Amino acid sequence: MKIIVDQDKCVASGQCVSSAPDVFDQREDDGIVVLLNDNPPAGLADDVRQAAALCPALVITIVE
Amino acid sequence: MTTTDAVPEYPMTRAEGCPFDPPPQLTQLQREAPLVKVGIFGKPAWMVTRYADQRQLLPDKRISADVFRPDFPGATREPLPESERRSVGFVVMDDPEHARLRRMVSAPFAIKRVEAMRPRIQGIADRLIDHLLDGPRPVDLVTAFALPMGLQVICELLGVPYEDRDSFERDSNQLANTSLPMEVRVQARIRIGKYLDKLVGDKLARPGDDLLSGLTAQIRAGELTRWDAAGIGVLLLSAGHETASNMIALSTLALLENPDQLKLLRDSDDPAVVAGAVEELLRYLTINHHSRRRQVIEDFEYDGQLLKAGEGILFPSDIANRDPSVFEEPDRLDLTRDASRHITFSVGPHACLGQPLARVELQVVFSTLYRRIPTLRRAVPLDELSFKQDVATYGVHSLPVTW
Repeated sequence: MKIIVDQDKCVASGQCVSSAPDVFDQREDDGIVVLLNDNPPAGLADDVRQAAALCPALVITIVE
Repeated sequence: MTTTDAVPEYPMTRAEGCPFDPPPQLTQLQREAPLVKVGIFGKPAWMVTRYADQRQLLPDKRISADVFRPDFPGATREPLPESERRSVGFVVMDDPEHARLRRMVSAPFAIKRVEAMRPRIQGIADRLIDHLLDGPRPVDLVTAFALPMGLQVICELLGVPYEDRDSFERDSNQLANTSLPMEVRVQARIRIGKYLDKLVGDKLARPGDDLLSGLTAQIRAGELTRWDAAGIGVLLLSAGHETASNMIALSTLALLENPDQLKLLRDSDDPAVVAGAVEELLRYLTINHHSRRRQVIEDFEYDGQLLKAGEGILFPSDIANRDPSVFEEPDRLDLTRDASRHITFSVGPHACLGQPLARVELQVVFSTLYRRIPTLRRAVPLDELSFKQDVATYGVHSLPVTW
């Protein structure tokens, strides 16, 4: 699983951090998404899919 | 689109005795087609009726949120005067200016920052419930709990000092009270604006770790004036106070009408159960019930229809959240379902900025109020309550309760 995020369109809702805190974080100065791991282990796949589904800015893309 | 014959006027009315359900006419339109035409003050506009299409179109760059554009399908018959631009702020701007301003205030809404506020939010809820339990019965839950709860959380966020909170609360309650004359509310907003301008001045001298202090760096860098910063404060107050308060009171009523669901919440101390209940109540009640309003700014085709520049386009979240292709038995309040895909906070660049704070605030309230007052009940019959049909944020005007 490979993850791509679009920081330009991120709205800092934090839904990704709530869903998969080991994979996503937020920048301290504006809350924009930071990818901690763009190739997470299979055990986190469901959390990452949840993060992508819940992102209100629709900026998380998963390449399976 | 030259005639409005047979085009139903929006917003529609809810059915008698169904205060939690969207107007039946809206549900019917959703069944008929994904894209329909409705009238806004007699002018035709598109309405996107279904969940998937709303998610597709809300982030589309060919659609604008700028209410100051000519023929924008606004919430009032008369277009908003240019002088109001400051009070509505980035909510009605398009990117890139919208994103530039929004990102100045997004840091305090990051998950870790909001989680760090949770103990203080819990403290606010506990103190207000102490007062309720010490006070007379019956009591109006809206004025005695929902409004002060919503407000005190915003005070924490903005950094309003305790000694100023009484006057700030009085003005904010007037601003949020849609049954008061507009002139009274406008005067309240002016006082709040002046107060916040003074407060920003104080933060420039003695910054804290609150949102307004966070804006002082931009003021010093010349990216924002002190007056703009106060304007952002007014915007966050009006976006966060009324919404949270309405959600608290209306959710409580919905739970009292569904005692099996209330019991689920009251009997659980599992944060995941509470968090799930919050998402379902956000979905089921969708208090933003007069649509996200937008305008097409570039011709394009969608679902076989030509959407033309200048036409209004509406995104009613309430029926999207009842779309049966996404939510099974959508008209049933079911706190155990996974409702987290609801569109209550919208999607795209204008998705609600305060949503992490709203979630934590509602989680705190729903995990505390019904456990501390387990016999809470309505003090008047349901049909004596009056609902905010005509204002953009739905809710119950007052909710007399006892225990």
